[in-house]
Amino acid sequence: MALRNEASAMATLAVLRHRTLADREDLLGRLMLAPAMAYVLLLVGAPLVLAVLLSFSSATAGNLSFSWIGLRNFATIVADPQFHSALSNTVVFTLVSQALVIVLATAAAFVLDAAFVGRRLVRFLILLPWAAPVSLAAMAWTWIFDSTFSVINWTLKVAGFLHGWFYWFGDPGLAKIAIVTVHVWRTFPFATVVVLAGMASIPRDISEAAVIDGAGFWRKLFQVDLPLLLPIVTVAVLFGVVFTSTDLGIVYLLTRGGPYNSTHVLASLAFQRGILGADLGQGAAIALFLLPVLIVVAVAMLRVARRTEVGT
Amino acid sequence: MAYVEIRNLQKYFGEVRAVDGVNLAVEEGELIVLLGPSGCGKTTLMRMIAGLEQPTAGEIYIAGQRVDEDVPPRARGIAMVFQSYALYPHKTAYDNIAFPLEALRRARSFIRDAVQKAAGMFGIGHLLGRRPRQLSGGERQRVALARAVVRSPRVFLFDEPLSNLDAKLRAVARFELKQFQRQLGTTTIYVTHDQVEAMGLGDRIAVMDRGKVRQVGSPQQVYESPADTFVATFLGSPPMNLVEWSGDTILGFRPENFLPKAVFGPDDGVVSFRLRVREVEHLGASRLVYGMLEERARTDQPVIADLPVTIRAPIAEGEVYDFAVARRALRRFDARTGLSQPDGAA
Amino acid sequence: MTSRRVLRIARRVVLYAAATAFTVFAVMPFYWMMLTSFKTNRDLYVGATDLTHIPWIFNQRPTLEHVQLLLAHTPYATWVANTVFIGALVVLLTLITAVPAGYSLARLTGRWGEQLGIGIFLTYLIPPTLLFIPFARVIAMLGLQNSIWALVLVYPTFTIPFCTWLMMGFFRSVPHEIEDQAMVDGFSRAAVIRKIVLPLAVSGILTVIIFAFTLVMQDFVYALTFISSVGKMTVSLGVPVALVRGDVFYWGSLMAACLITSVPIAVVYNLFIDRFIAGLTAGALKG
Repeated sequence: MALRNEASAMATLAVLRHRTLADREDLLGRLMLAPAMAYVLLLVGAPLVLAVLLSFSSATAGNLSFSWIGLRNFATIVADPQFHSALSNTVVFTLVSQALVIVLATAAAFVLDAAFVGRRLVRFLILLPWAAPVSLAAMAWTWIFDSTFSVINWTLKVAGFLHGWFYWFGDPGLAKIAIVTVHVWRTFPFATVVVLAGMASIPRDISEAAVIDGAGFWRKLFQVDLPLLLPIVTVAVLFGVVFTSTDLGIVYLLTRGGPYNSTHVLASLAFQRGILGADLGQGAAIALFLLPVLIVVAVAMLRVARRTEVGT
Repeated sequence: MAYVEIRNLQKYFGEVRAVDGVNLAVEEGELIVLLGPSGCGKTTLMRMIAGLEQPTAGEIYIAGQRVDEDVPPRARGIAMVFQSYALYPHKTAYDNIAFPLEALRRARSFIRDAVQKAAGMFGIGHLLGRRPRQLSGGERQRVALARAVVRSPRVFLFDEPLSNLDAKLRAVARFELKQFQRQLGTTTIYVTHDQVEAMGLGDRIAVMDRGKVRQVGSPQQVYESPADTFVATFLGSPPMNLVEWSGDTILGFRPENFLPKAVFGPDDGVVSFRLRVREVEHLGASRLVYGMLEERARTDQPVIADLPVTIRAPIAEGEVYDFAVARRALRRFDARTGLSQPDGAA
Repeated sequence: MTSRRVLRIARRVVLYAAATAFTVFAVMPFYWMMLTSFKTNRDLYVGATDLTHIPWIFNQRPTLEHVQLLLAHTPYATWVANTVFIGALVVLLTLITAVPAGYSLARLTGRWGEQLGIGIFLTYLIPPTLLFIPFARVIAMLGLQNSIWALVLVYPTFTIPFCTWLMMGFFRSVPHEIEDQAMVDGFSRAAVIRKIVLPLAVSGILTVIIFAFTLVMQDFVYALTFISSVGKMTVSLGVPVALVRGDVFYWGSLMAACLITSVPIAVVYNLFIDRFIAGLTAGALKG
């Protein structure tokens, strides 16, 4: 049968023989990648370089001028106490909120991992904070913390926990607590979902082996489950770290950086000086201080990715 | 020239030599098996024949036509069946089988007839309307085979197509596969790590290890006259006994040839051994005797004897017995290179 | 009752209590949004120092006046139209670039492709709050100040890296043997992509569309930086910034806007979250 069809088969093969562009995989690969690469290089890479250049200039937002002033912007901001407070706020807000998120998200993931009535509903509801656009969620919380009408104040007062009154946005300490609360509220759902997915990928046998080996609930938790979850939790939290440290919307809408510029973070200060104040050079210089955080996060993520592939 | 010819083929992945200088000539109409452990390069070799990988060096010829440089897979006149069958999940069985003919832009009526004929050959005509997820493992395999056949290819390439079937089905499928290949007469290259499958299916077997072909021959040849210690121990279960002998020689004899001395006649040319028995396993049709050789060899060399149940001599654990191997069943290997040496008296 | 049974019941109670606590924490602001949207002003604007008035329930019958105000007397509808318009264009741009790029990185580029894929994903981590300053200059140079085209230009800078990464994961989940089979069966790589890979990746592409659109909806920084006219604002910008007269926010309508915008997104997220996580982990954990 094969021999009989040989002739017609050979004829058709002759037609198909040529290697066209559609076959050249290396060329095809580069071609398909090119538009995305071009966009990223031109509209992310170039502006990044521009950001660095601007930080060394006295450019303003009003016109297209550009003149070199060296390190003067950096000298200005380093001497500025508002910059110091913005820097420390950025660090503190991020660390505190994400530490809370680690605990909350892991706990929530354990809860969602168990089977119970209404689990799907709970998972949907827990996702809501992440789904709402940042600015809209910020407005909701602004309303919740409103000095006159705050539901939280009312509830605390009725429950007997509050004896004075919380002027949330009038007091620097309370304002910071409010901001951190919103950050935690916003980032713990995504972290929960990621940890939950991670838990599903932990092999059953390890868990069962621990039980057979006699590990009690707490020992198993701290010595088996949590260490295995560590890479996943790290990835989840790293997203939260990026979001929290670079956030503008929540701070801007809740407090505008107040009271008395006490709650500014790097991003909001950069906005105030660079866009509202039209001093692009100084704004760029302030925003550049976000880079170290991002580099650390990027390196950490790469490490985790490498370890997970080696570990499994 | 042979129907499929491979000359000095090499494939390097960085430092790793997946295929390290392979020469192979496949005759028209034969079913040759590429046999070896995982990582030996058999799948890489097949993928290069298929055109899915580019060789680092060397040449591949199919029906006299050189294909390794610029001929894409679709123009090589081959059909391939993967271990997972690679059925298109979003297409019906009919569309799966018709797919290669679509590529050839054949007429609808031609396609219909060809698909029906191919399906009929494997008895799946009634399943053509179903999707892969609605088919059992055996049925999926048949669809994959029908798809391979429908284009009347010059060469079949099978990459462990029976591994996903459960054991009972596998033997039957193996038999049917061989029948269908004989019937069609298409040259077939078959990759597997299962030596029983290889012995049962192949007209010839190419045993591979670490990128090189160790030996090519009929099942009987590679089994009875292995070219080196690797082939000797890879084929046969339990594997051939290898015993360090005088000088740099390794003596080899298969468990089924290692029998109590009393079984042999007084005129048979045999070599005798003393065997201290450690354990006896009763496997129904045979007994496996595990023990150590004493005298004439270092005493710490474990060996195995495979006694058919028809040999009723009592064997007890802990005892020492006289065993022997017929001279013509002895093989000798060079201790340094592992290669076999021409037979001679021990 | 045995101590084991007691322990089990105690665990159940703790479980439900924890689930409730988490849910309340997550949902409370939305519940409050809902109440605010439908309460009459009388019921709403009662000082919280008045402990006899319970803010957590409807004390008077709910009203639709805030919603009506929002839809009829504010630019909300315009903002929604703007957002949808921008979103559609950005999603289109993203698909055209990210889908081929994702496939290329998943299948056609080998070792350096993987590194590049990670690199592209990392550019997603470069935040708008770093790039918005140089962008302000670029937008000014292009004369696109106060134009929605500025946003159409800038939004793909975060949707493309993110969606390329997602598509990489989804394409990896198509077994490569199926593509090999199709090439042996008679098609070129390009034809295989068209006939086999894309149909199998449809759900992945849908997920990418959904998440790209929601990424667009989420942005606040770029909109705040580039848009000043109320008529050109997106929902994410207009609602917090323009639903105000003087110093006084229209809280009822504001919360109504938040609710109307958030709920559909949440529903859609919920439908696609499993797929999204699968794509993410496939990309991250080298499936």
